[in-house]
Amino acid sequence: MSKHHVSTTINGEPVEFLCETQHSLLDALRDELQLTGSKEGCSSGDCGACSVIVDGRLVCSCLMLAVEAEGRQVDTIEGLAHGDRLHPLQQRFLEAAALQCGFCTPGLLVAAKALLDRNPQPTETEARYWLAGNLCRCTGYDKVIRAVLAAATDVQEGARKA
Amino acid sequence: MATITYSAPRSVDEAVHALRGANGAARVLAGGTDLLVQLRSGRAKPEVIVDIKRIPRLIGVRAHGGGHAIGAATPCAVIGEDPDLQKAWPGVVEATRLIGSTQVQGRATLAGNLCNASPAADSVPAMIAAQATCVVAGPGGLREVPVEAIATGPGQTSLSRGEFIVEFHLPRRPPYAADAYLRFIPRTEMDIAVVGAAANVTLDAKGVCREARIVLGAVAPTALLVPEAAAVLIGRRLEDDALSQLDAAVRRACRPISDKRGTIEFRTRVAGVLARRAASIAFQRARDRA
Amino acid sequence: MTSHGHSNGFKVVGTRPIRPDGVEKVTGRAAFGADFSLPGMLVGKVKRSPHAHARIRTINVAPALALPGVKAVITAADLPEIPSEESFVGEGPINFRDLSRNCLARDKVLYEGHAVAAVAATSSAIADEALERIEITYEPLPHVIDVEAAMAPGAPLLHDDLFTQGVEPAPTRPSNIAKRLQFVLGDIAAGLRAAEAVVERRYTTQPVHQAYIEPHACVAAVAADGQCQIWCSSQGQFMVRAYCAKLLGMGIANIRVTPAEIGGGFGGKTLVYLEPLAVALAKKSGRPVKMVMTREEVFRATGPTSGAVVEVKLGATRDGKITAAQAVLKYQAGAFPGSPVQPGCMAAFSMYDLPNVHITGYDVVCNRPKVAAYRAPGAPIASFGVESCLDELARTLGMDPLALREKNAAREGTRTAYGPVFNEIGYIDTVTAAKKHAHYSAPLGPHQGRGVASGFWFNVGGESSAEVHVNEDGSAVVVSGNPDIGGSRASLAMMAAEVLGIPVERVRPIVGDTSSIGYSFLTGGSRVTFATGMAVVQAAEEVVAELKRRAAMILDVSPDAVAWKDGAAVPTESYLGKFDPLSLATLALKAGRTGGPISAKASINAQGAGPGFATHICDVEVDPETGKVHVVRYTAVQDVGRAIHPSYVEGQIQGGVAQGIGWALNEEYIYDGCGRLENPGFLDYRVPVASDLPMIDAVIVEVPNPRHPFGARGVGEVPIVPPMAALANAIFDAVGVRLADLPMSPPKVLAALTAARN
Repeated sequence: MSKHHVSTTINGEPVEFLCETQHSLLDALRDELQLTGSKEGCSSGDCGACSVIVDGRLVCSCLMLAVEAEGRQVDTIEGLAHGDRLHPLQQRFLEAAALQCGFCTPGLLVAAKALLDRNPQPTETEARYWLAGNLCRCTGYDKVIRAVLAAATDVQEGARKA
Repeated sequence: MATITYSAPRSVDEAVHALRGANGAARVLAGGTDLLVQLRSGRAKPEVIVDIKRIPRLIGVRAHGGGHAIGAATPCAVIGEDPDLQKAWPGVVEATRLIGSTQVQGRATLAGNLCNASPAADSVPAMIAAQATCVVAGPGGLREVPVEAIATGPGQTSLSRGEFIVEFHLPRRPPYAADAYLRFIPRTEMDIAVVGAAANVTLDAKGVCREARIVLGAVAPTALLVPEAAAVLIGRRLEDDALSQLDAAVRRACRPISDKRGTIEFRTRVAGVLARRAASIAFQRARDRA
Repeated sequence: MTSHGHSNGFKVVGTRPIRPDGVEKVTGRAAFGADFSLPGMLVGKVKRSPHAHARIRTINVAPALALPGVKAVITAADLPEIPSEESFVGEGPINFRDLSRNCLARDKVLYEGHAVAAVAATSSAIADEALERIEITYEPLPHVIDVEAAMAPGAPLLHDDLFTQGVEPAPTRPSNIAKRLQFVLGDIAAGLRAAEAVVERRYTTQPVHQAYIEPHACVAAVAADGQCQIWCSSQGQFMVRAYCAKLLGMGIANIRVTPAEIGGGFGGKTLVYLEPLAVALAKKSGRPVKMVMTREEVFRATGPTSGAVVEVKLGATRDGKITAAQAVLKYQAGAFPGSPVQPGCMAAFSMYDLPNVHITGYDVVCNRPKVAAYRAPGAPIASFGVESCLDELARTLGMDPLALREKNAAREGTRTAYGPVFNEIGYIDTVTAAKKHAHYSAPLGPHQGRGVASGFWFNVGGESSAEVHVNEDGSAVVVSGNPDIGGSRASLAMMAAEVLGIPVERVRPIVGDTSSIGYSFLTGGSRVTFATGMAVVQAAEEVVAELKRRAAMILDVSPDAVAWKDGAAVPTESYLGKFDPLSLATLALKAGRTGGPISAKASINAQGAGPGFATHICDVEVDPETGKVHVVRYTAVQDVGRAIHPSYVEGQIQGGVAQGIGWALNEEYIYDGCGRLENPGFLDYRVPVASDLPMIDAVIVEVPNPRHPFGARGVGEVPIVPPMAALANAIFDAVGVRLADLPMSPPKVLAALTAARN
């Protein structure tokens, strides 16, 4: 049983790991790299708890083979904050109480980051449809959407000041 | 626990070679949003996986012969962002953008959606209504076939061993032509289509329909082109009784099953409703295209 | 989000600080059950029945054991045989013999997905292969899924030693009806005779799953001396300890359970599935074992809540006074007895002050997974029927539905059908607030309709332990024994901070394992802020008493000279000016010299949990050509007693509403003709997604519960009770068809519309 040797970039850092063909990127992140922030909720791409960003595109890491990460840029929840500086999305989630059990939160934050990267000032409807692939069973999404919209304004203001 | 071989060829020929040379079952990997689910569930047990995403020709949207070419492994999200395609083929684009969640959109492809051959695939009715073709690579070289020639039944395609789709072609657009696609799902997102309806119409300067194609999804083993429904529209402006005749023609043609996603009656009823609504949107869009 | 009630004069309680475990959760560092690892860990997996009902003829595990990498295999033979024994360790009665057989089938499999064997191997792939190699022969038996089919004479019997309780004379033949209950108040026949309008209808609901996003997960390790450690996501580490001890015949003192962060429970994690298996495998293999369920396993084999038939009959005089309320509730329990039919019966009419009530309930087994608690267990089902029927009654009488509820509302002094008399309650306040809310008078568009419904939940108290320790720098640690599902850690820290008089950032709340904190009943029943909060407050008050004593010692004054204010020892009125305040920080620094560490604990059995009430308003828009229903506006008014942390109270309300909407519109278990589940995944088990819902206006009403130091009532369960009827009533208002069968999915709505047109 020979494994693939994968060289990739995760949260801006060069990373290497071994994997078998059938291992998903989620398996590699959690089991080989101990990056357990991305969660397994369903393994069929229906819940979004495993969301990561690959080459700037939001994807489910359970729907990608680990070996496909070769040469790509992968961004996970672990890379959202910079040291102890939380991203405005993370800060707003905390202030707005946009999480309860917190299990879907990493996936939601990554998905929201991808949203703001592409659509810096989304409407409520745009945010809801973009995030439809991230299931949350605790919050009813209300405070999540409010936090995302507030963070969008923060990011815009931060960009203006810079 | 056999090992699965994985390769990522850099050219069409390499890929044909890898697929053909596989001793056991081989699967093409484009977006992987169907294949990985099937690997996990045990429904797919390939010995070889050939990843076609490193072949440059297979990713991207470009002008081609007055129309468009779309690489087979282009993610739906990329297709959805192409402004030219949005203008020329709003129906194909909206159908493509309905496949799965945002995450799935980042990976899923037209080729995967077509070759997975689910009767409910969202992009297929719109592509057939558009008279799209696909270029198939194989041991015998390249051939171009209409999209409707690919799926032959649920989970079955006409592709033979060693063949895979390289790109799709959409024809040139005449003036006053537009398409639309609608699907019915019980929620607002994330569901497999219970019914899909695509309409592609070409009008004349007076708003009278000269050509039409109506294609339904999820009401037959493969996407269903309904010439009788299209015939209702020819020479007319889509007044009320044209719509009710269209509805009736569509319902007559449906051959759905009852399953966990919908019953025969429900699918048939809603197919008529969606066909009316899709045709109305297509007409409106065509009239707006000056 | 609005807050009614008195301005509370508190410094911390009622504010919205950032939760103490929040940063961990938004950075992905919080450790849930599956995030935990130990060196040398094996992967455990479960082999499950493909049949809905079958006798197990033979099991041969030898081929699996022979596979290199397989370190242990277990079946029911590896668990002690437990006699039938009912207990109240979890959330409601549990029979340990049934629980054992649910964890690993003995003699018979009773549902598709029923666990039959488990393996531990060095990799996931090897474990999967090992499962394939276990040879099991079954003798399939006829199965029964539907509750009324299971009740019918001649139905396939699941247990030949199950005799219906609650029936006179006691039956001699076994049945699938485990229990019949009755609750009676007054004289129902007289009540019906006195009625000038009578409305009755039959309602049905389907089983729905709690659908927490985190599948069950645990890691177990057993040392050579039999000391066992378990890390798991659950709603109660003491429950896990007790259940494992019982099921495995181990001493409680030999098991230590550490609660991981829990990714949703809603009642579904108030019992064990994997933990006893993981322990048994760890023991047999001599290595730690990790077990994580797949989503498919969660659906096939863990408890949904009941599906049910609910028959309601209401009688009233023309002025709207209800003279008779009758209900028959038939609930599926799944493979073993224990549906929530009893709380369903008890909650059904509890919002109302009624003279004549007659409720009959049936607990019925059938070949589905054993049901588990789901947020206000039993009540949403009963209320779907009762609150829909009330709507019909209102229309028959030509009365506004809120006015009808007001006219019959329960108040302080109302006797319930299940026995107790209410103390102060806030039901009427929720109706009044709903009536006054802008939503109730907002205009409606085409194909739109508005519905209202009310809800009730008892909320419980129970046993909780808490400790408060003062650190050397004057900060504090609060330890409790309840996993935090919805933000309770924040509320506990806030209550402690309020009592101690220090900023909440100086209070660190942690959830202790079973060896580090006194016994605590599990997290459920909307009890933690109430009962554990009470224990925390008690412990904090003892700390304050001690701090005052220490101050008196330092200042050389009499203890009654010292009061506590704003986190410092200050002179009482008669001693004003006699000394300067001594802060907690100063006292903490001097603790060693004044008697030692300052700490207190409380272990209580909290009584006086205040019931919660809610009234909801829902607007829908119906597509008359497809039957699709959109929820366009939702307002949920709830009496929460006192909102300790209003954001998390609102969150509980919004979350409960969302689950209720899913239950109402699209969630259901779909079975094939062989009793196999066709939709064991999030693709076809359709929970609401972000684009399905509007903003949910959570309106907090505060009628403080006098039995809690801050007036808190439980909040988590009430909000799931009204939505199904609120939606059914809104759909009726929109398109004039009454849907009585859940879920109200588009095909059903369209069929009802079509029938109405013809």
